[in-house]
Amino acid sequence: MKVAVIRFPGSNCDQDCYHVLKHDFALDVEYVWHKEASVEQFDLIVLPGGFSYGDYLRCGAIARYSPVMRSVATEAQRGKLVLGICNGFQILCEARMLPGALIRNRSLHFVCEHVHARVENIETAFSHAEVAMTNGKLLTARTGLLLRMPIAHGEGSFTADPETLRELNRANRVVLRYSDRRGAISDDANPNGSAENIAGIVNERGNVFGLMPHPERACDPLLGSEDGKLIFQSVIESAGRKAGSRSSVGIRTGL
Amino acid sequence: MKAKVTVMPKKTVLDPQGVAVRDAMRHHGLPGVGNVRIGKFMEIEVEGADEAQLREICKDLLSNPVIEDYELHLEA
Repeated sequence: MKVAVIRFPGSNCDQDCYHVLKHDFALDVEYVWHKEASVEQFDLIVLPGGFSYGDYLRCGAIARYSPVMRSVATEAQRGKLVLGICNGFQILCEARMLPGALIRNRSLHFVCEHVHARVENIETAFSHAEVAMTNGKLLTARTGLLLRMPIAHGEGSFTADPETLRELNRANRVVLRYSDRRGAISDDANPNGSAENIAGIVNERGNVFGLMPHPERACDPLLGSEDGKLIFQSVIESAGRKAGSRSSVGIRTGL
Repeated sequence: MKAKVTVMPKKTVLDPQGVAVRDAMRHHGLPGVGNVRIGKFMEIEVEGADEAQLREICKDLLSNPVIEDYELHLEA
């Protein structure tokens, strides 16, 4: 299975994503420059965080027109899995591959902190797996599971019209919501003013996922959390099945 | 030709910048300040494009219709 990490001018979480996929999950990963015309040869496409094009005009608005994005859209239409993290989520919304938009945080502050994101749907390709932590314990997806991951954004307030929000809820497309440490979804636990505490959603077909928290910064006990592994393990298993890969995909055990 | 494009957040979308500026203006001795909304203004010099093409680019690139409305004014 081959994974693409797309690099835009201004991406700055590309190396974190590459590191996790290559070294924690032992995958064949390549950086793909945004000028490339095709990502057809890849089974999983990651749009990393950062400040593509300096966030000029709107976050993700210009990256959306990068040559590679045409191919990303085509491959998504073919059913390939696409994971957009932070700026990647913003780009997917700007590209209309996900509904809604991410606007300036309610507080106007750039928020950089660990949050709890509650898993709302474990039926998706991005949130169903079980994964071993470094200490040997298993982290198993279940509805209501809390994932502790960092956020780092100034424009992460998810907004959509009421009809879109209804549809996201009806079709169970909200994968993650910001919660407090007990799992309660409250305004106090909403770090950026997102509608209904939404932290991550999938598209209608369920193969494109965008989230504001950074799972790639939560894959090592040294970083304070390994909960992000659940997202990667899920998407890697799903992409592996789609690719028809018989090779075992999963986390490299031990050190 | 010169295209002047104004992009404003939709009325239904929270504009935290506008709220912050409103509060600052009130603190500066203007208690009567009501709603403040902050958008963008762009001046574009362009040749060989018609209004339909410019409207297309306003809708697709210069604004995001999910959260913003635009107005386009053309000057010869």
